Amino acid sequence: MTARSGGQIPSGAKDQVARLLTLVPYLHAHGGVRLIDAAQALGVSPEQVLKDLKVLLMCGMPGGYPDDLIDVDLDLLESEAGEVHREGVIRVSNADYLDRPMRLTPTEASAMIVALRALRAGAEPTTVEIVDRVLTKLESAAADGPSEIPLDAALDEPGRDADLAALGVRLREAAERQVQVELDYYVPTRDEQSHRVVDPRGVSRHNGFAYLDAWCHSAEAPRLFRLDRISAATVLDTPVATAPQSPRDLSDGIFGQGDDQTTLVTLRLAPQAQWVVEYYSVEAVRPGADHLEVDLLVADHRWLTKLLLRLAPNASVVAPADFTADFTGAAQDALALYRSAGA
Amino acid sequence: MSTAAKTERLMKLLIMLLVQRHFVPKERIRAILYGDASTDAFEKMFERDKEELRSLGVPVEVGSLDAYFDEPGYRIRPDAFALPEIDLAPDEAAIVGLATRVWEHQRLASATTEAVRKLTAAGVDVDLTALDIAQPRLAADDPAFDVFLEALTERSALEFDYWRSGTAEPARRHLQPWGVTRYAGRWYVLGFDTDRGAERVFRLSRVQGEARRTGRPGAYQIPDGLDISATTRRLAPAPVTQRAVLLVRGGAAAPLRRMADSVEVDVAGPDPATTWDRLVLTRGNVGLEDEVLGYGASVYVESPPALRDAVVARLEGTLA
Repeated sequence: MTARSGGQIPSGAKDQVARLLTLVPYLHAHGGVRLIDAAQALGVSPEQVLKDLKVLLMCGMPGGYPDDLIDVDLDLLESEAGEVHREGVIRVSNADYLDRPMRLTPTEASAMIVALRALRAGAEPTTVEIVDRVLTKLESAAADGPSEIPLDAALDEPGRDADLAALGVRLREAAERQVQVELDYYVPTRDEQSHRVVDPRGVSRHNGFAYLDAWCHSAEAPRLFRLDRISAATVLDTPVATAPQSPRDLSDGIFGQGDDQTTLVTLRLAPQAQWVVEYYSVEAVRPGADHLEVDLLVADHRWLTKLLLRLAPNASVVAPADFTADFTGAAQDALALYRSAGA
Repeated sequence: MSTAAKTERLMKLLIMLLVQRHFVPKERIRAILYGDASTDAFEKMFERDKEELRSLGVPVEVGSLDAYFDEPGYRIRPDAFALPEIDLAPDEAAIVGLATRVWEHQRLASATTEAVRKLTAAGVDVDLTALDIAQPRLAADDPAFDVFLEALTERSALEFDYWRSGTAEPARRHLQPWGVTRYAGRWYVLGFDTDRGAERVFRLSRVQGEARRTGRPGAYQIPDGLDISATTRRLAPAPVTQRAVLLVRGGAAAPLRRMADSVEVDVAGPDPATTWDRLVLTRGNVGLEDEVLGYGASVYVESPPALRDAVVARLEGTLA
């Protein structure tokens, strides 16, 4: 909710009010929601939702009679011994006046509208039409409310996204025709340019990036190639040498697809680096006074070192220790270049 | 006071003002919700509670109860409070889901997540996974960005030190911000410069130190129908591209090589461990620092000195 916004120390009560004003309409709109699902929708723990509901129970119309109060059936959510029933269904009644969520705040409306315009700039014509419909609906929903923040943004490279879309179409066609493709592919974790021949299977998406799923004849294994790292792709006439397959579904993530081992790494992020939390899928987030502690699964320590260098000096590794050593070593090596050159 | 007790009071105040059709007299609010407090304590608490609700986006209105007594009253109009009905088709809801991943900026990324929660609470089923579409990214890592965004939201004037290119010293400037926009990869603020008595643009990356609010919120109005982007483009200097000279280990940093104007192979480098090549790049400096840092000890900045110093300072910051 608003807990992490603005970098200031949040007021617990304000956040709780904001959550309740979203929770009550959410329950109204969905009906029969389990505690665990409500917690997920709000981005907090089931225990926190239960705490919130216990406060809601005390609120109601200003008459002060029992009938005036909002009713929450806590028996379904907690045993007498205080054990939380995560699967328990939340029943709230007598709260009709809160059954619509609040309007978007000016910041929320502006952030959405600018993000949608950015999406529009890189989209194909059919998608542009959908984005326009959404913009019209959101702008009219925001119209009678508080004024928007004047915020706007143009993309750096509007042409690039369209080029990638065209590459995706070519690779999909090659997969359908069952012919091989020759790739020049950049491997960022190794910082290496590679050349290989692959049997394309199709293009899948994960986290906003498009990936070619293919059998790689160099690795002799299935591999994923991120489209924006392919510097050249030549569709050959040679038929594929492996049995055609559908591309993998990446909706559960790209880790754990192969025999990759992942490690849980804890990072400490200063405010300038906290966008990482929204950008990568993270396992847990713990707010501190002026930083966030974040757990994420890392498949390749070189990937993490590169990320931390890019964020320097606003991110550091809390655990495990060998990751700290990797990163510190890489930073020392880089700095040594300047020291030895007498800078 | 515990969080729960304070939440309860804020919720009761909100509900009380939302369900009444007329303005609720201040004395009645006091009697029902702040019964134990002294007059002073009540004034203080009530003032703060109203502000907290407003900061969440709850439209608390002040009005007069009738023509004869000017006792103030308060209300929240349900139609101003609640999100209007919004009906999104599945493909539209999927686009909304994608919008939450565009911002690489903590506050604005959270704002989109929060907006999606409200839409979900209004019954829209936002699909956060599907859809085949290229996804852009918008970063905003200038330290001054947040202060200017807040000032804009509040309509607060700002005072800050600004370093103009070609000048030796930063100068103190005063601005009523009208809008923030990105142009040629940089963030600019457009506004009314009260020292110059004219509209001006400032590049956020050139604001030195902290910007400070100098007046009350709501101190000015943004001109109607202002086109932030067009006006900024008219006033901002043409984007400056800078020439950067980098030494790159043999075979390393292919993405930088692709952008290079020229590559000179096998030159003397900062260490003898590998061969080194010299790349000359002409581009805006936006993001180049991060990119160079990401390559660690495979890339060395020869020039410009500003880029080189920034890279060294950030590495030193990490090891401090």
